[in-house]
Amino acid sequence: MCLLQSADQPAYVCGLGYTLIVSQRRWNPVKQATTEQTCYVSFYFRVISLIAVAGDNNKTSLMTMIEPVCTVSTPVFMPVGTQGTLKGITVDQLEDLGCQICLGNTYHLGMRPGPDLIEKANGLHGFMNWKRNLLTDSGGFQMVSLVELSEVTEEGVKFRSPYDCKEILLSPEKSISIQNSLGSDIMMQLDDVVSSTVTGPRVEEAMHRSVRWLDRCIAANKNRDKQNLFAIIQGGLNAELRKACLDEMTKRDVPGFAIGGLSGGEEKDDFWRMVTLSTDHLPREKPRYLMGVGYAVDLVVCVALGCDMFDCVFPTRTARFGSALVPWGTLQVKHKQYAKDFKPIDPDCQCPTCKKHSRAYLHALFKSDTAAMHHITIHNIAYQLTLMRSVRESIVEGRFPQFIRTFMKRLFPSGDQYPSWAVDALASVNVTLD
Amino acid sequence: MAGSRMQLELSRVVQGRSRLGVLKGLGRTGQHSLEIPGCLLYTHFGTVPHLTQDTLHTLISLPSVTQITLSHIAEHQEVLEEFKDGFRKFAGLHDTVLYCSLHDPATPSPTGYTTTKTVSVWGSGGRIELTVAKFMALQKTVQPDWYQSMYDGETWQNSASRKRVRKSVDRTLAHLDECLLVHQKSKELEGVEVFGVVEGGDILEERVRSARETAKRPVAGFCLDGLQTGSMDQTLRTQLITAMIKELPEDKPRLLHGVGRPDEVLACVEAGVDLFESIFPFLATERGCALSFGFDISTDPERAGRAPPAVLELNEEKETAGESQQNGDLNRHDQTQMTPFEMNLKEKRYQDDFRPLVEGCGCYCCKNHQRAYLHHLLVTNELLAGVLLMIHNTAHYHGFFGALREALATDKLDVLKKRVLGDGGLQTERKE
Ligand SMILES: [Zn+2]
Ligand SMILES: [Zn+2]
Ligand SMILES: [Zn+2]
Repeated sequence: MCLLQSADQPAYVCGLGYTLIVSQRRWNPVKQATTEQTCYVSFYFRVISLIAVAGDNNKTSLMTMIEPVCTVSTPVFMPVGTQGTLKGITVDQLEDLGCQICLGNTYHLGMRPGPDLIEKANGLHGFMNWKRNLLTDSGGFQMVSLVELSEVTEEGVKFRSPYDCKEILLSPEKSISIQNSLGSDIMMQLDDVVSSTVTGPRVEEAMHRSVRWLDRCIAANKNRDKQNLFAIIQGGLNAELRKACLDEMTKRDVPGFAIGGLSGGEEKDDFWRMVTLSTDHLPREKPRYLMGVGYAVDLVVCVALGCDMFDCVFPTRTARFGSALVPWGTLQVKHKQYAKDFKPIDPDCQCPTCKKHSRAYLHALFKSDTAAMHHITIHNIAYQLTLMRSVRESIVEGRFPQFIRTFMKRLFPSGDQYPSWAVDALASVNVTLD
Repeated sequence: MAGSRMQLELSRVVQGRSRLGVLKGLGRTGQHSLEIPGCLLYTHFGTVPHLTQDTLHTLISLPSVTQITLSHIAEHQEVLEEFKDGFRKFAGLHDTVLYCSLHDPATPSPTGYTTTKTVSVWGSGGRIELTVAKFMALQKTVQPDWYQSMYDGETWQNSASRKRVRKSVDRTLAHLDECLLVHQKSKELEGVEVFGVVEGGDILEERVRSARETAKRPVAGFCLDGLQTGSMDQTLRTQLITAMIKELPEDKPRLLHGVGRPDEVLACVEAGVDLFESIFPFLATERGCALSFGFDISTDPERAGRAPPAVLELNEEKETAGESQQNGDLNRHDQTQMTPFEMNLKEKRYQDDFRPLVEGCGCYCCKNHQRAYLHHLLVTNELLAGVLLMIHNTAHYHGFFGALREALATDKLDVLKKRVLGDGGLQTERKE
C-alpha cells in the first residue's frame, strides 16, 4: 500500500488553478517509549510542489515552492466538516489554527451535492478549497443513525433517501466509489455498524460481515496510490470477537486501522478495555484511529492507550450553544454570570477569539449576531488542537505521564473527582495520578 | 460644544450637487478621514454580521467609520457602565471611528411607541424606552466619536398625517436641543460630534422646515431620515432631498438613512447626499444573494458592450426567469426583496457553476470559492454561506463606492450609471 512505499512515482493532480506534484506519501513512525505501552508520533508526508498558479489575474503569485505542506502530526484531533464546511469557519481560519486534517461525511456529501459534482470540482479538496488532508467516513454510520428505515444485508445498507424517498443501496463498492469521487486522503471501509450496547449474535454477524466488506472495499478502491483505505475493527464489547476481528483485519495490507463500534453509550470501563485490547493487537507502524472520540479526558487517556487519531462533532456542535472548552471544563458563555466578566474565555488561550474578545462581549454578541458562535467554534477547535499539540510535545520530550497528571489535576482539582475508568485505564499503562 | 473637529473638504461638486471630497478630522484625536460619497461599516453590536475580525480583515480598504446602533446596545447599558472604557474597547475594536445611531436600519421598528418625551428601541429582550436623559447617559457610556441625536422617526409611512409629521419635526428639534444641552455640559462627550436628524415625512414644507431649523443648531452634520427604501419612490425622494439640501450648509456632511440600493444611491448622490449606511450588502446576504452588478468604469468604452461579464450576465439573467416582473415596481417593495443587482445563488443553475461569484472580484470568497460551493452551502443551510456572502457583498459594495468616487473625479458618472443600471435594463423595468 502506498503509505508504506517510501518513494512513489510523482503523480500529477490538477487542482484549482495550480498543479500539485504528489511525490511522496508515507507514514514514518517515530517511536518514543514513554510508558509500558509505547506511544509514538507518526508523520504523514505529502510533499507537494506548487509549480504554477494559473489564471491571468494571479500572475504576481506565480511561484515555485517545494515543501511538505500536508504533514499530519499525530496524535491528532480531526475537526468534523460534515457538509464540506466547518460551522462557519473559513478554510484559511482552519489552516491558521494549525489544523492539518479534517473530516467530511460521505453520507451527507453523497446526497448533496453528490459524488459526480464533487468529482467535477476536483474532489472535496477542490470543492471546499481545502489544501490539507481530508478523511471521509464510509457513510454507513450516518445511515444507520440518521435514517430510520435502513436495512443491512450482505449486499450493503439499504435505505430510503430523505430527499426523494428513493431506495438506495450503500454497498462497500458504492461507498468506496463515492469516496474515490470525493478524493479524500484517507477513506474508511464500509462496516456493519451495531450499537455498542447491542449484544448477542448480531454483534458477531456484524464483525464477520465487516471483515468481508473490508475485502470488497479494498478490491473496489480505484485510487490506491493516492487514497488510503482504513479498516475498521468491530466486535462490540466482546473481547473475543474483537480479537478475532483484529486477527482477520491485520492480515490485510491496509495503511491504517480504525477502532469502531465504541463511544456509543457503553460503560466507560468497557470502552477503555476494548480500546486497549485493540491497540495491543494493532501493528505499531500503522496509525490507529479511534472514531467518534473527542472529550478532552478521553483524548488524553486514549493517546496513552496507543491511539493516534480522533474525531468528534462535539467541540463544534457545543460551540453553537455558547459552550466553550477550557482546561478546567466548560464555560457557558451565555450564562448570566459572564455578562460583566471582562476576561477572555481562557486567559492562557492564544486563539483569535481569546486575544480579541471578552466573555462579556461574546455573551452580549450572542443576542445580536451569529458571529458569536463562530468565535466560540474557533476557540473550541483551537482548544482541541492545542491540547493535542501539548500532548505531542510532551511525548517528544519524554514527559507525557507528567503531562497527564497536570492535565487531570486541572480538570479535576480535587483528586477524588477523577473518573475511575480513567484512573484504571492510565494505571494499565503505568501512569498514576497525583 | 467643544470645537468641532470634523471637517468636510470638497474637491469637486459635479453638476451643482454631487459632491466629491473627504471628511477629515474624525475620531477623538482627529486622525481619521472618510471619502465621500462613501458608506459606513454596518454592524450588529460592533460586529459586521457573520464576520469575525479575521474574516473581516481579509477585506482591504474598509470604511474608517463603524456604525453601531442603540437598538443593539441599549439593553447592555449596565454592562458598559461597569466596563467604563467605552464601546470601542468593549467590542475589541480599535482604529475605527464609531458612529452611534438610534435604530438598526435593517430591522424597521414598530410604530406607535413614540411619545413627546420618549422614543423606543427594540433589542433582543424587547422594547426599551429612552428619554433624552437615558439616551444621553447611553452616549456617555458608549463613548462614540459621533452620534445621531434622538429623534421621532415614525413618519416614514405614507399614512402619516400632516399633523403627525409636523409633530415629529417639532419633537425631533426639541430632542436635539435637549441633547445638545446635556452634551455641552458633559465632559465625557467632549470632542464628540452630534448629527441632527431631519424629518418631515413626505411633506415638502415640513422637510424644508426641519432642515432649516436643524441647520441653525450647532451640529456637525445631518441625518436625512424617513426616506428609506420602501417608503417612497425615487422621484419623490429626490425632490425631498433636493429641497432639504437647499437649507443645509455646504460644509457639513449629509448622511442618508435606510437607502442602499445602487440605483437609489446613485440618484441620491446626484441629489447631494454624501454618506450612506451599508445595509444593502447585509440584506442581500440574508436572502442568500451575491451582489453582481457591474461598476467597472475603467474599461474601454468601445468594448463596454460586451466586456464586463458581471453586467452582461445580469442582463442575461433578467431576461430569463421572469425576474423583471418580480423586481419591477420599486415603490411597492420593501428592502428585503431581491433586486436586479444580485444573483440568487440558491437557484439550481448555480449547482454546477464553477466560476467565482463575480469574475475578477478580488475578495476572499471569489479568490477561493465557486458558485457551486456557495450554492451547496446555501441549500444545506451552512453558516459559512453567510460568512462568504457577507465578505463578497461587502467588498463588492465598497468597490462600487470606490467606482462612484472615481466616476465623479473623472466625469464618468454617466458611464457608471450605465454600468450599474445595466444599459437601460433597469430603466425599462421601471416604466412598468
Ligand atoms: Zn481561545
Ligand atoms: Zn454567521
Ligand atoms: Zn467577491
